[in-house]
Amino acid sequence: MSLITSKSFIDRLIQENFNFFTGVPCSLLSGLISHLEEVEEAKYIPSVREDAAVGLCAGAYMAGSMPVLLMQNSGLGYCLNAFTSLNLIYRIPVLVIMSWRGQGGKDAPEHIIMGDINQKLLETAGMDYSVLKPENLDQVLETAMRKINEEKLPYTLIVEKGLFDERH
Amino acid sequence: MKGTEAFQELLPLLGDEPVVHANGFICRESFSIKDREENFYMIGSMGLASSIGLGVALCQPDRKVIVLDGDGNVLMSMGTLAMIAAEAPKNLVHVVIDNEVYESTGKQRSISNAVPLEQVAKSAGYRQAVRVDKREEIKPAFEMLMNSEGPVFLLIKVDPCFDPKTGRVTHTPEEITERFMKTLG
Repeated sequence: MSLITSKSFIDRLIQENFNFFTGVPCSLLSGLISHLEEVEEAKYIPSVREDAAVGLCAGAYMAGSMPVLLMQNSGLGYCLNAFTSLNLIYRIPVLVIMSWRGQGGKDAPEHIIMGDINQKLLETAGMDYSVLKPENLDQVLETAMRKINEEKLPYTLIVEKGLFDERH
Repeated sequence: MKGTEAFQELLPLLGDEPVVHANGFICRESFSIKDREENFYMIGSMGLASSIGLGVALCQPDRKVIVLDGDGNVLMSMGTLAMIAAEAPKNLVHVVIDNEVYESTGKQRSISNAVPLEQVAKSAGYRQAVRVDKREEIKPAFEMLMNSEGPVFLLIKVDPCFDPKTGRVTHTPEEITERFMKTLG
């Protein structure tokens, strides 16, 4: 099994031409965000709420950039209206990197319900996703790029605890 | 001044700038007075006109970008004022038509009668924030702000006037994206 590090993953996204990063932090994504703050080819813009990040990414995309939105699954609730009444109907793609808090019911109480339903919510909204694993990175990214470049729709990569290094 | 008058005064001042429109009254009134290819009509996702405009402005820094917003949208996404102030795009002009109501849903009151939005924007960190109450003040204020370093904020206080018979935007969302992107090159 090959290993993904925050650095190798961000390098890979940059290689795929992603160049605009924003979001609201999660401890599971802390390594990724710290790395983004360090690399020159990428700029990370802190958003105050996840739906504002969706708007920011939509504007960036229409202005010619390739946006990535990083967030915890708790932000999915805030984003649903933006996804359904903006991205999906206007065909404005974005790569979403969403951490999976509450997976398997083992987490702080505030994460349990969303941890149980986050995939069902995406499916109900008609939004494609994959759970990212070290061994499926290439295949998942290929699917994501097809969704984004050909169908012009969002694609979500779900990140489990322990996939990336945490820095806090 | 009625809301319609503010649009009649403002729209002829536009050149080829991309303009991101807030949903509801803003989209419908602007579309019915003068449709432009450079207009992005955000028909849903209330509150996000400002963040969409910020994204466009950050990625096309050499072009003036205008957000045509409403008080309800600004109140819903006050945090975005902070993001705009923090990123400080020099090319962003944020215009807010403030009628103190949610007009297209039946004139339910917003709370902008009690909250001076231009002061909120100034406190958040916009370089300039100007409030106008009279139609004749719009042109000089808009021209001054267009020639200033952004982010700048123009609050236009108006009376509600929306006629529910005013049409909705007739382009499909996909068409809106396509033509807006074309004008952005």
